[in-house]
Amino acid sequence: MSFSKSIRELYQQEIKEIQGQGIFKEERFIHAPQAADIEVEFPTGASLKKVINMCSNNYLGLSSHPDVIKAAHEGLDHRGYGMSSVRFICGTQDIHRELENKMTEFLGTEDTVLFPSCMDANAGVFEAILNENDVMISDRLVHASIIDGIRLCKAQHDTYKHSNMSHLEQKLELHADKRLKVIITDGVFSMDGDTAKMDEIVALAEKHDALVFVDDSHSSGFIGKTGRGTHEQYNVLGKIDIITTTFGKALGGASGGCVSGRKEIVELCRQKARPYLFSNTMAPVIVSGVIRVLDILSQSTERRDKLEENANYWRKGLTDAGFVLKEGDTPIVPVMLFNAKLSQDFSKDLYQEGIYAIGFFFPVVPKGQARIRTQISAGHEKHHLDKALEAFIKVGKKYDILGKTKKEIIDVYGM
Amino acid sequence: MDEMQKAVLEYVENEYLEDDDEELEVDTPLISGGIVDSFSMVSLKRFLENKYNISIPDEKATPEAFDSVNNICELVKEFI
Repeated sequence: MSFSKSIRELYQQEIKEIQGQGIFKEERFIHAPQAADIEVEFPTGASLKKVINMCSNNYLGLSSHPDVIKAAHEGLDHRGYGMSSVRFICGTQDIHRELENKMTEFLGTEDTVLFPSCMDANAGVFEAILNENDVMISDRLVHASIIDGIRLCKAQHDTYKHSNMSHLEQKLELHADKRLKVIITDGVFSMDGDTAKMDEIVALAEKHDALVFVDDSHSSGFIGKTGRGTHEQYNVLGKIDIITTTFGKALGGASGGCVSGRKEIVELCRQKARPYLFSNTMAPVIVSGVIRVLDILSQSTERRDKLEENANYWRKGLTDAGFVLKEGDTPIVPVMLFNAKLSQDFSKDLYQEGIYAIGFFFPVVPKGQARIRTQISAGHEKHHLDKALEAFIKVGKKYDILGKTKKEIIDVYGM
Repeated sequence: MDEMQKAVLEYVENEYLEDDDEELEVDTPLISGGIVDSFSMVSLKRFLENKYNISIPDEKATPEAFDSVNNICELVKEFI
């Protein structure tokens, strides 16, 4: 056995360091389908507690929708459980191509290719389409999966300050000599809940002859009038060269992702993207579920409208109560507490009140910007939001932060 | 503060600080302090190489060597 005592101690030490830094992650076991009302076992072995879920990406409340479940059952019955092959050998069914076509239509692009996850789409796309003569210029707050994709790519990399368009333009000018320049951004930034200025980004891209990449994982299905994403909201449909998105959030919430955009770029992903080439794609049961999700969303905007209404109601409630929020107009509503320990204590107290919402702190967000990130769903009813608001106010009073400014909170609790 | 410290400090403040951030000192931890992510070191390295007409080998461009304005200046002086 080569896993010697000293090697084990080496790893134990690293785990201890993670615990010492207060960033050790523990899973909470949910004994129910994903929904607004869930039963949670936490800590492990504790009796089940009924809580309102305020931290899932189930934006449209479709994760456990009866029609989606039914479609998944039908997929299982008609197309089986697994493919036991990657796409280009014998792992592609008619429904995989059907879903790709439906996504192309939904996003208003030229073509789409599925990936096992959006993490995989982001990990594979840059390496497939760029080389060392190119540059990737990314917003400093892009998602970790994009950063991994950038690391795997030989093109040069530079960054611009979050949503700072003049800084982006400086970088486009600095790299004017490159073969290809790609501006890389999230559509909705998952930690802050703000949207990228897609119209300005597209204008800069046109001016400086650059491509635009957007990860719309926290947008697809509900941002924009008919839920197509940030490109719809900013009126630049058809002008985004590469969109990646996930089926693991609003669009059913199971798993899977895609690259959608210019047909040559999509084709190169099919030919060269390693997560597409060397991993099975989405299972038939999930593909069938997502096809049904897209049908539901194409028939009516009812769910995204309700989500918008819920998010506005929640944001207004918290604002009126005197919390400091990150500004935005998405269902991601971060309640700013600034201090890491305060965010953890606040989250624990909320849980005791029957509200499940998680504290985020460095290194997930910058130092001194700890927060409780709340995420609103179309699956929430007013009574859920009212109960959650009541709990937030009760805990907010306990820590005496209601009506206090950022500076006043930091003066008491530190950064 | 010498000329080089001043120039590097100014670049780092312009490039990495957001408008409402506090000012930096020459010994403020940049990377371990979460101000500069190790990814953004690329443009910092490029700035130093252009400004001082030097070439910093990748193996010398460690997060430790870039962790404060003072450290950066020491590194640059090795190659001038």
